[in-house]
Amino acid sequence: MTNKQNLIVIGNGMVGHKFLESLVESEQAPNFNITVLCEEPRPAYDRVYLSSYFSGKTAEDLSLVSDGFFETNHIQLKLNCSAEHIDRQGKTVTTQQGEILSYDKLVLATGSYPFVPPVPGHERENCLVYRTIEDLEAITAGAKNSKVGVVVGGGLLGLEAANALKDLGLETHVVEFAPRLMAVQVDEAGGALLKSKIQELGVRVHTNKNTQNITDGDTCKHKMEFADGESLETDLILFSAGIRPQDAIARRCDLELGARGGISINNHCQTSDDNIYAIGECALWGGMIYGLVAPGYNMAKVAAQHISNSGAASFEGADMSTKLKLMGVDVASIGDCHARSEGALSYAYTDEVNQVYKKIVVSADKKLLLGAVMIGDAEDYGNLLQMALNNIELPASPEALILPTLDGAAKPMLGPDALPDSAQICSCYDVSKGAICCTVQDGAQTLGDIKAETKAGTGCGGCTALVTQVMNSELAKLGVEVNTDICEHFAYTRQDIYNIVRIEGIKSFSELLSKYGKGHGCEICKPLVGSVLASCWNEYVLDNKHIGLQDTNDIYLGNMQKDGTYSVVPRIPGGEITPDGLLVIGQVAKDFGLYTKITGGQRIDLFGAQLHELPQIWERLVAAGFETGHAYGKSLRTVKSCVGSTWCRFGVDDSMGMSIELENRYKGLRSPHKIKFAVSGCTRECAEAQSKDVGVIATENGWNLYVCGNGGMKPRHTDLLAQGLDKETLIKYIDRFLLFYVKTADRLQRTSVWMDNLEGGLDYLKQVVIEDSLGMAEEFERQMEAVVESYQCEWKTTIESPDKLKRFSHFINADKPDENVQFVKERGQIRPASESERMKKDNLIAIS
Amino acid sequence: MSHFIDVCALDDIHLDTGVCALVNDQQVAIFRPAATEQVFAINNYDPIGKANVLSRGLISEVKGNLTVASPLYKQHFSLDTGSCLEDESIRITTYATKIENNRVLVAL
Ligand code: SRM
Ligand SMILES: Cc1cc2nc3c(=O)[nH]c(=O)nc-3n(C[C@H](O)[C@H](O)[C@H](O)COP(=O)(O)OP(=O)(O)OC[C@H]3O[C@@H](n4cnc5c(N)ncnc54)[C@H](O)[C@@H]3O)c2cc1C
Ligand code: SF4
Ligand code: FES
Repeated sequence: MTNKQNLIVIGNGMVGHKFLESLVESEQAPNFNITVLCEEPRPAYDRVYLSSYFSGKTAEDLSLVSDGFFETNHIQLKLNCSAEHIDRQGKTVTTQQGEILSYDKLVLATGSYPFVPPVPGHERENCLVYRTIEDLEAITAGAKNSKVGVVVGGGLLGLEAANALKDLGLETHVVEFAPRLMAVQVDEAGGALLKSKIQELGVRVHTNKNTQNITDGDTCKHKMEFADGESLETDLILFSAGIRPQDAIARRCDLELGARGGISINNHCQTSDDNIYAIGECALWGGMIYGLVAPGYNMAKVAAQHISNSGAASFEGADMSTKLKLMGVDVASIGDCHARSEGALSYAYTDEVNQVYKKIVVSADKKLLLGAVMIGDAEDYGNLLQMALNNIELPASPEALILPTLDGAAKPMLGPDALPDSAQICSCYDVSKGAICCTVQDGAQTLGDIKAETKAGTGCGGCTALVTQVMNSELAKLGVEVNTDICEHFAYTRQDIYNIVRIEGIKSFSELLSKYGKGHGCEICKPLVGSVLASCWNEYVLDNKHIGLQDTNDIYLGNMQKDGTYSVVPRIPGGEITPDGLLVIGQVAKDFGLYTKITGGQRIDLFGAQLHELPQIWERLVAAGFETGHAYGKSLRTVKSCVGSTWCRFGVDDSMGMSIELENRYKGLRSPHKIKFAVSGCTRECAEAQSKDVGVIATENGWNLYVCGNGGMKPRHTDLLAQGLDKETLIKYIDRFLLFYVKTADRLQRTSVWMDNLEGGLDYLKQVVIEDSLGMAEEFERQMEAVVESYQCEWKTTIESPDKLKRFSHFINADKPDENVQFVKERGQIRPASESERMKKDNLIAIS
Repeated sequence: MSHFIDVCALDDIHLDTGVCALVNDQQVAIFRPAATEQVFAINNYDPIGKANVLSRGLISEVKGNLTVASPLYKQHFSLDTGSCLEDESIRITTYATKIENNRVLVAL
């Protein structure tokens, strides 16, 4: 106990926290008393994803701290506690509150702060920055009574901030001092293309603008005056003019700093005082400050190993390549993109029609790739980055790497096999090729598995294509056939089958089997094809040519229970039901002696119906106006709703009306798996919409649309797809979303798993649904209209078809029930008798 | 030997589905696969799911064998031999069938 060392960490940002995580993994961790001083009111959160706070993520969602992390590792965390002073002689740190703490080792992870140019007027009201959750709260509040917003600074962060302002509904401008956007990462031609793309999206870009003064405006709160005599009126100003290392505390205790700031460190991340380390954005290594997490994380590991003496890692610089999507525009930059290396040569390709710009920079001997810029299409990023990082020799004509291919000529691609095991595939989470291969060897088989195990691909998403390639190649090596055939009868994926059926207009299983399959079909392909046919043409599922395709539940339009009886679930759209409706259901249940229960989906389930009773029960229900609830189908189940604005004092809009409309619109749609919706009347979210495949929440600005949530075995919260929608747009987006899912998902794949495996993730989905990047939006809407128009209540059709009713009898040749079906009473209702109760014939209820 | 009993019209069984017939107090599942002109009869009791439901399963071809997949837990039973593909120790009774004048006959 006595020889424990005191370790103090100043700052609990992304890097400071990674340091703690790395340190506690070491066997030496118990030898340290760790204290963390955190200036912010909450422990570490994901700053990289800060903007998602605007699209509905909460501070809790963004948290980087695993449950009980500080407690289990006995780390003392002091929130709202900033370090004021370091006494290097006495080895103590004094906090703002005046507490004095002594240390043996000290780690500075103080990050950086946003630079606000000292323009007169910069401290006026609604002049804000973009770094912490508190900043975002201030921006949201400021945007409430603003019409126009200006971002000062057209770098990476500035453009991200501009996107946020645009989403908050402001007329948005970007003011940049330099002659182009993203001057650090992008060259002149790329910057010009980026500017025009971003202008097209409704953000106005002003380059070459030097702000000299901010004063009162005439039409808005402020007027910004520029050096060229022009001016711009705005209500809100966001400064994003670069970051500066937070090195004040180091300066005060005379640690060595760089000429332009930053705490100098060596390869072990030690400062000029051996007992003090600096990591992350406050640290200066080799004259560089790295404004990205990945290098910071690397420093955190190096420092943790050095302090705990548990490894010999050293920090040797980092790659600053980036790929991102700014307002839906792909932007990527690799290495020396300005061709500054000696003798460097470049190739460029511009396509003004499709607005694509690509450039590569190669060494004088044309053997190595030194850098690249891509705007508008960054698909080649992963490939090019690996070539640059691993010094892979270029093909004879390097220009082929960026030229479009004509008529199927293959691009010189870098197979994953060409990469060394150490190649970093995901730079956000520092995941190497070797790590992905190990995960596959341990049983991972899908992109979703890899994401869950290694986090690769869950950051910027730029690496997903490459991660998939590495995974598939490793699976192939292990002899795991990456067989995507649905079964022995069809050598196709579900998506192939869907496309074949749709494009060739195939209407029956036998037609598809004779043209594209072999053998006679099985319990995998038959229901799959049945479902695809129903999605496409929406014919009656018990039609003679479809009946043999239906699985356990669909074939009798009910859910089979353990004893062979069925449950009956009438549709109750939105959960709204009249007293008369309740009486009918009650009377039917009573007359047929059924067990009744309110389901988890806000409706009523009647259990214990025998096959021959189903038509009689449904005849009564249909006569009273009920329709089938498709509880048996891979189709829309329920649209759960809260009571909404008609009754609730907090309701913002009519969630009931909306849910009923949605349920009635999509009730006939057959899909790869069941689909659940919910609609809430305000953000209190009583309908739990954020756990559904499709969730809709009313806000002051319109409906917010959430997608791909799941309860069940592996819960997943939804992602916000679009916000502030009117009803018409909402329905259009849902149509497109659902049909895109129906078209591309695997068999029995819920939207949540589909999304986790969707290359490009949420951004890609937004492109397809909102920006119509596939050009299929109209087609999707038309197909949905066809599904809506061809809806029929399957039970109504069935009770009206005498030849179908014949099948609803336990015996084809006798009018008797199945004597194996027996019930006993429990809490005033029936339940299936157990085997022994059946044998003893104890208390059995007489069956009709 | 056992004699054939008439149970129903062939058309009473939709192509590629099954029905259950009561034959001398026995529940018999009869299937009419699209793959052949024949019909097959096996006992209707699912020994794994413990319910009289096999007639309601999907007809499924597995590596050339015609089977029914139990509607409860999806084990496959051979229509020809009654053996369970997932568990060798389980075999259910099969019965002889024939079709005459569009009628289905079963022998116990
Ligand atoms: C009746 C009900 C339970 C109840 O008494 O409340 C129920 C019953 C069944 N559920 Fe469920 N689920 C019921 C609500 C839910 C909910 C809650 C909800 O919808 O809000 C969930 C979690 C939400 C979700 O799906 O995201 C739920 C998640 C599941 C799952 C897991 C799905 C997953 O993605 O992990 C299964 C298994 C499956 O589908 O593969 C399942 C499967 C089943 C099956 C079909 C199991 C089976 O094969 O027999 C049950 C038969 C239904 C029947 O006989 O009518 N049920 N089930 C609920 C019917 C709701 C309705 O009105 O239609
Ligand atoms: C909107 C946004 C988007 C970004 N996107 C990306 C991206 O896509 N990719 C990428 O790689 N990087 C991105 N970054 C940068 C990334 O967030 C930083 O590189 C990373 O957060 C640096 O971590 P850090 O721990 O060094 O600093 P921080 O996360 O800033 O943490 C420093 C902490 O120290 C605290 N602190 C400072 N001084 C004291 C003191 N005296 N006493 C106590 N506590 C103190 C601060 O309050 C802060 O909590 C983004 C940043 C922002 C703001
Ligand atoms: S979600 Fe809002 S509107 Fe709906 S019931 Fe809850 S509080 Fe009321
Ligand atoms: S590189 Fe960003 S998620 Fe992998």
